[in-house]
Amino acid sequence: MARAVSNRRKVGYTIAAWIIGLAIFFPILWTIVTSFKTEAEAISSPPSFMFFNWTTENYTTVLERSNYFRHFWNSVVISLGSTVLGLIIAIPAAWSMAFVPAKHTKNVLMWMLSTKMLPPVGVLIPIYLIFRDVGLLDTKTGLVIVLTLINLPIIVWMLYTYFKEIPGEILEASRMDGASLRDEIIYVLTPMAVPGIASTLLLNVILAWNEAFWTLNLTAAKAAPLTAFIASYSSPEGLFYAKLSAASTMAIAPILILGWFSQKQLVRGLTFGAVK
Amino acid sequence: MTKTTRILMGATALCGMAAIAQAETLTIATVNNGDMIRMQELSSDFTEKHPDIELDWVTLEENVLRQRVTTDIATKGGQYDVMTIGTYEVPIWAKQNWLVPLDDLPEEYDAEDILPAIAGGLSVDGTLYAAPFYGESSMVMYRTDLMEEAGLEMPDAPTWDFIKEAAAAMTDKENEVYGICLRGKAGWGENMAFLTAMSNSYGARWFDENWVPQFDSPEWKAALDDYLMLLNEYGPPGAANNGFNENLALFQQGKCGMWIDATVAASFVTGDDSTVADKVGFALAPDNGLGKRGNWLWAWSLGIPAGTDAEDAAKTFVAWATSKEYAELVAEKEGWANVPPGTRTSLYENQEYLDAAPFAQMTLDSINAADPNNPTVDPVPYTGVQFVAIPEFQGIATAVGQQFSAALAGQMSAEEALQAAQDLTSQEMQAAGYGQ
Amino acid sequence: MATQHSRSAARIMISPAVLLLLAWMIVPLALTIYFSLLRYNLLMPGTERFVGLLNYKLFFNNPAFFTALLNTLLLVGGVLIITVVGGILLAILLDQPMWGQGIVRILVIAPFFVMPTVSALVWKNMFMNPVSGLFAEFSKAVGLQPFDFLTHAPLASIIGIVSWQWLPFATLILLTAIQSLDSEQMEAAEMDGASPLSRFWYITLPHLSRAITVVILIQTIFLLSVFAEILVTTNGGPGNASTNLTYLVYARSLLNFDVGGGSAGGVVAIILANIVAIFLMRMIGKNLDA
Repeated sequence: MARAVSNRRKVGYTIAAWIIGLAIFFPILWTIVTSFKTEAEAISSPPSFMFFNWTTENYTTVLERSNYFRHFWNSVVISLGSTVLGLIIAIPAAWSMAFVPAKHTKNVLMWMLSTKMLPPVGVLIPIYLIFRDVGLLDTKTGLVIVLTLINLPIIVWMLYTYFKEIPGEILEASRMDGASLRDEIIYVLTPMAVPGIASTLLLNVILAWNEAFWTLNLTAAKAAPLTAFIASYSSPEGLFYAKLSAASTMAIAPILILGWFSQKQLVRGLTFGAVK
Repeated sequence: MTKTTRILMGATALCGMAAIAQAETLTIATVNNGDMIRMQELSSDFTEKHPDIELDWVTLEENVLRQRVTTDIATKGGQYDVMTIGTYEVPIWAKQNWLVPLDDLPEEYDAEDILPAIAGGLSVDGTLYAAPFYGESSMVMYRTDLMEEAGLEMPDAPTWDFIKEAAAAMTDKENEVYGICLRGKAGWGENMAFLTAMSNSYGARWFDENWVPQFDSPEWKAALDDYLMLLNEYGPPGAANNGFNENLALFQQGKCGMWIDATVAASFVTGDDSTVADKVGFALAPDNGLGKRGNWLWAWSLGIPAGTDAEDAAKTFVAWATSKEYAELVAEKEGWANVPPGTRTSLYENQEYLDAAPFAQMTLDSINAADPNNPTVDPVPYTGVQFVAIPEFQGIATAVGQQFSAALAGQMSAEEALQAAQDLTSQEMQAAGYGQ
Repeated sequence: MATQHSRSAARIMISPAVLLLLAWMIVPLALTIYFSLLRYNLLMPGTERFVGLLNYKLFFNNPAFFTALLNTLLLVGGVLIITVVGGILLAILLDQPMWGQGIVRILVIAPFFVMPTVSALVWKNMFMNPVSGLFAEFSKAVGLQPFDFLTHAPLASIIGIVSWQWLPFATLILLTAIQSLDSEQMEAAEMDGASPLSRFWYITLPHLSRAITVVILIQTIFLLSVFAEILVTTNGGPGNASTNLTYLVYARSLLNFDVGGGSAGGVVAIILANIVAIFLMRMIGKNLDA
């Protein structure tokens, strides 16, 4: 009896969850579907969900017109580079905050987060002038530096909350065994924190990949990532829904696939200390 | 700090060395309009002729492009070697010595062939500072079939009264046919381009001879009232967010009876993407019998920023892209109707072009009907038809455009919008030190 | 003890992060403050001059300022309410037994991976467009007049788009928190005859308070500077109906190229953001025993 009830419930939950899940996913699905239509079909009324002539001509057009692979490669280098650089700077900082807390640790952390509230448009011109003077305009190096600084507070915070959950006694013990501070961080702490570091890495790759203000404003041709690629399809003359959909799909697909494959790792550390 | 600086310097030096090792590369910033995208596709012709020059394209949506290139040239960022700019920017930038003068183009380029109205807008003191890629005015595009159904006949030079009558007669909201489509999206190059040109034909002007804003004049009131009435009664839903591209899509889908916009749209509404390609007629922009028509003048042009390290290569490219040979190249690959219009006299004397492009004569007439040096009925201290050629204009006009789009969305009345426009324009002009 | 040693080591290890962020904050901020005291239009080089606080006066006198301030608060508040409430409900649902939970979770988190520009373009053109968007098609199919979202409810539309992007993030964090809930406690409450509602109110919600705090804090940081969505969909209009502070500063500095005015606006926005930050930290500090 009880079994039947819970099974009926399970059916109910399944249906409800699937409906909501599909509704949330629908805009992305619709974009992907539209990218395989012709421009005329993309605006036809009533719209067709399945039964149209599937075509890949939009992808061919987009690939011919833009240097997709350069943009893609720039996005990879910039998002990975800034995340790795950020981790290198943040791991020691998070270690010291988590295991050697001082009186102002919490204030420092909150101050770090508050630097992220700086509206980027307000400081674009100064940054542009500085970048011009040091020759960093339109370079991947320049974008790696900016994105590292932008995401550093989040990286520090995520790592800090994760490190805090690691019992300090283990580190004590390794210290007793004569491990140096460096060994302690590299051989004891880091392996234990791998899930947290992996999750931080993933989240920041996503944030850096999608960052659209600095990446668009500090680049021209050589270092422009996928956000700039999208800006050339945003509202051209004439019908553009299908081409826009194809370009959008190409811009989000890599990160979407990465996100899906690594969602377990992403979720595991994505707690920001919210779970005791 | 010093260490960081040193690392930065090191990175810079590396980048610099990498640049020297390569062949000469031109970075070209361009807008994502159809004619420019075609230029990009055909540019292999250029690189075959000039194997020592590589081309890097930065194609951006118009507003993003304008912001990017303006920031770069004003800060001397040096990211671009060729920039796509318009009739508004060229004289202002040229006066700042930001552009390389194009007075030494080769003989065979035949600079004399450029339409005088277009060349005038791109020159300062008789020196050309940017080469026109395509030129445009505005005109009425209409559906001949719907006009016939409505029992009306479009004159070659309609009045605003006729436009109102025709819009009313053509509107059939049940079937999603809207009598008239106009720009409503806020922006100095969007709704304000249209409204400024329209207001010229109503006898209105932005400023009087002492730079006093004129939005409190009855002429502006009449122009704005008619604009709002046309769009509210006979326009498509969402007009307040429609710019050139949105209206083009609507017209191509057969949802507009008339559309008053850039002449360059003619080849798109009669092209392959259009569902109404064989049912489009053209007429001059309307007037009110005051001697000025509501049409503008614009040329998307290629300029070379002063201080570029590849000036000669950039000139070679600009000359190629705006040459007669380029027009022939497009004609050969895509047909004469797709040649960038509105820049050269010779194009309008070419019978093949005139045969292929039914809109050719109307485009030329519209361009010739615009007079940037004498744009309004009453005298004004500025030049420019749908803009005022001062640096402050784009900011002011964008803010004014916001007010007018709010009026179109029904958030405020025409009076309130005009009052707000008058106030904010006065404030900005005072802050900028005009009329003192 | 090793405290002395590790304290100095700790200071050394935290310093790169602190110094870098300090430089990143101070250098542009100092330049911005300096520019904000100048009349400085990018299009008119050579006319820069010191004008004191004039730019601030003009910025505050601009009627758009208060609209923008209000819109910023509405945008942040609206998205927070939708994502937190929606996130809790969705997290509870996803925590129930069901078939294909993994796939549903994949579907739900997908919007988080989409670039803001792309999601704004897709929503604007393919859904909210009053002539050819999907919503208009649905309205027409059921015989209703299509609603013109971006003209008549611009801010609400943007709140909707941004909420769609952030709902996955809230759901994920809240779901992890719910899954750590002690099931024995729940079962005990159920035995005692507590209704599902009171179980939620007295057990689940208090347990989630830390997670909710985290969601609010992180999202606020990002929501204060929402920009791409507005630029792509409405350009801040009609009028100023969807202009937030970030967009207002953008309009001044990159549409008017008025660097002086834009910088003044930037400084104001930074100050306001920090007030919000302090307020948040106070509220949240208690909840986050760092």
